[in-house]
Amino acid sequence: MNDSQVNRTSLFKMSAPIPSSTHECEDSMASVKAVSSAAPLALRIVAECPVSKARACTLTLPHCAVYTPVFMPVGTQGTLKGITVDQLEDLDCQICLGNTYHLGMRPGPELIEKANGLHGFMKWNRNLLTDSGGFQMVSLVELSEVTEEGVKFRSPYDGKEILLTPEQSIAIQNSLGSDIMMQLDDVVSSTVKGPRVEEAMHRSVRWLDRCIAANKNPDRQNLFAIIQGGLDAKLRKACLDEMTKRDVPGFAIGGLSGGEEKDDFWKMVTLSTDHLPREKPRYLMGVGYALDLVVCVALGCDMFDCVFPTRTARFGSALVPWGSLQLKQKQYARDFQPIDPDCQCPTCRRHSRAYLHALFKSDTAALHHITIHNISYQLALMRSVRQSIIEQRFPEFVKAFMKRMFASGEQYPSWAVEALQSVNIDVR
Amino acid sequence: MRLELSRAVQGCRLGLLTGLGNTGQHSLEVPGCLLYTCCATVPHLTQDTLHTLRDLPSVTQVSVDMYFAVHHMLMVSYAGLHDTVLFCSLHDSANSIPAGHVTNKTVSVWGSGGRIELTAARFMAIQAAIQPDFYQSMADGETWQAGTSRKRVRKAVDRTLAHLDECLVLHQKTQELKQSEIFGVVEGGDILEERLRSARETAKRPVGGFVLDGFHSAAMDQDVRVQLIKATSAELPQEKPRLVLGVGRPDEVISCVEAGVDLFESFFPFQVTERGCALSFNYNIDPDPETAGTSTPTVLEFNGEMPAVKKLNSNGDENMTPYEMNLKDKRYHDDFRPLVEGCSCYCCKKHMRSYVHHLLVTNELLGGVLLMLHNMAHYLGFFKSLREAITSDRLQDFKNRVLHCREGD
Repeated sequence: MNDSQVNRTSLFKMSAPIPSSTHECEDSMASVKAVSSAAPLALRIVAECPVSKARACTLTLPHCAVYTPVFMPVGTQGTLKGITVDQLEDLDCQICLGNTYHLGMRPGPELIEKANGLHGFMKWNRNLLTDSGGFQMVSLVELSEVTEEGVKFRSPYDGKEILLTPEQSIAIQNSLGSDIMMQLDDVVSSTVKGPRVEEAMHRSVRWLDRCIAANKNPDRQNLFAIIQGGLDAKLRKACLDEMTKRDVPGFAIGGLSGGEEKDDFWKMVTLSTDHLPREKPRYLMGVGYALDLVVCVALGCDMFDCVFPTRTARFGSALVPWGSLQLKQKQYARDFQPIDPDCQCPTCRRHSRAYLHALFKSDTAALHHITIHNISYQLALMRSVRQSIIEQRFPEFVKAFMKRMFASGEQYPSWAVEALQSVNIDVR
Repeated sequence: MRLELSRAVQGCRLGLLTGLGNTGQHSLEVPGCLLYTCCATVPHLTQDTLHTLRDLPSVTQVSVDMYFAVHHMLMVSYAGLHDTVLFCSLHDSANSIPAGHVTNKTVSVWGSGGRIELTAARFMAIQAAIQPDFYQSMADGETWQAGTSRKRVRKAVDRTLAHLDECLVLHQKTQELKQSEIFGVVEGGDILEERLRSARETAKRPVGGFVLDGFHSAAMDQDVRVQLIKATSAELPQEKPRLVLGVGRPDEVISCVEAGVDLFESFFPFQVTERGCALSFNYNIDPDPETAGTSTPTVLEFNGEMPAVKKLNSNGDENMTPYEMNLKDKRYHDDFRPLVEGCSCYCCKKHMRSYVHHLLVTNELLGGVLLMLHNMAHYLGFFKSLREAITSDRLQDFKNRVLHCREGD
């Protein structure tokens, strides 16, 4: 019997069957760690890198199994930028994101609930993760004001004043019906210093408790905590100590990838994974550049999301193992190779750079082609990372990855070299 | 290329255009439409989404301006179109062409870099590069504005014939076009005599078929169009196909078919898509006998409430026709039905009006993809039903069904 089915029946009850996984034959239950008897999530550690902190896991969620490390594409408004759900499924995506803030504004939680949740609304049969709405409110909306109650802001659509509380964020996410929900956190930019950072950290802990209490569907929807504390090791440690006392099925590392120095960034990531429970998934929010993904896998992260690959596609930028191709540039007008000759995605199997270059000027289909390629690139990268961990050759993979990405050793970013060194991978 | 006509009913010609393609194995049912493309791609669609459509036309339309957008015709094969049949028109009917750029020896097209002037020689060099299966000859089509003088119309007919003769000479000399057919273009504006003259003269030349130009919606009223096409058609050899440019609305298609037209472009579903609308008119005259008169009819018999046509002011486009529904309308916010009940396109099988409405309101790219899929499927279904109606002698029923939505609420 397929292991994911065994997990499901023993760990949580569900009405809808999970499609059985065709990827791996998972034979024993021995290494399955129950996250909690009530939470609809199970993490099985399939392999760990003996050198670094990297791990390969199978994360069983209500809609299907997810193989980690995993990159989760962002489908902000209930759609992945021009790609149909069938195309997304064909790319082997097992989980993607929806945005609580945007969907909460349009079309609104009541409508989505009527449509059988976000899954029913967009007809995505696999997993969905929704964020809390907190980040958008701070980054997109001017004059938002944070109080203990929640975040007050003015709706850009009708000018009305709105208050988003932890309870409301969870209520919206309950209506959306996502497999993983994020707590509402007090988001502070990583470049902010001073007492505000500490205030936000403590408030996030209090808001976590309110979110846990507000979750109407703990048997169907997982609520993840978000570790805050900015770039201050003490604050972060304090946050970790507090939040890990709560019985949540997973943890996100938040408050990073917002423009801070990479040297500070990786140290906070590794500090966080050092103090997060081994048997629960670690989700590093907002990380999507290939290099960052590989390094943070080495530092012990399992899940990632970022708008970068899909956003950059719409500007004509195609991601490749050695960087990116700006397909709008004239040099591609007569370049009849595919984006990446080694890539197996539908775009690379059929079309050339020249075609995409020309098409870009006249039709949106160009964006779709590049989006498909970029998502495929990110997912394939994670699959290779995972395979290398399972085959106990992750350090070699990292070295090869760096060689491919950078013209020479001198060009390796020093933060990445140091971060990898800190987990015993020497790329120089 | 060969046109095998099986019937002619009430002016409508029914048949099969055969012998198409490199090995002559493709065919196209007539009356029918070509597959409209922009830059050799069906707008919004990649191969995967395009191929959710069944019974795609075997002939793809490209246009000369595309050559300049794309810089190199190898892209046609890279677009995945290398095993289809190509028809090349001069212009893209979905775009309006600025007037005033035609001379005795040249016509103009617009590429990404601006206006490009073409002599017959340059025009033919492009055809040699594209190597379409059939193409329209270079033509002066600028007679569509109201009040075009008789003199100007006559000049257009003369120039077009001159261009045709020059193109024919070059066609015979061009190795790359050995397998291609050139179609003569009938001009003449809205002047009967000129139309007849253009038709007769063009018919004297060794062309593979005829393109009827200057008949698009803005050019003239429906009645004038029908009258002129009927008259023109009578002057053209029966055994050669007739393609009309710029006509796409279902009612106009039907009257052109009755007037003797065989082939149409399919830019119309694209235009409907671009204004956020979905084709919703009913074209099915054969309700499932098992459900007729019993429970709620399903297969395209009942297309929902009247489309939001009369209220064009509610974010409607003034180009919107009675054959479509405006998905941006607030009424679809919580409408969980498919766009058209019984439609088997990807959008209708998978999604609901509420979701498409949401995509349009939030300006999401997927909205265009889904609408394009539905609109193409619906339009192709319309042509299929039209052919079936002609075959089974039920054209009047078909017209009643399609055109009834024009007769008020």
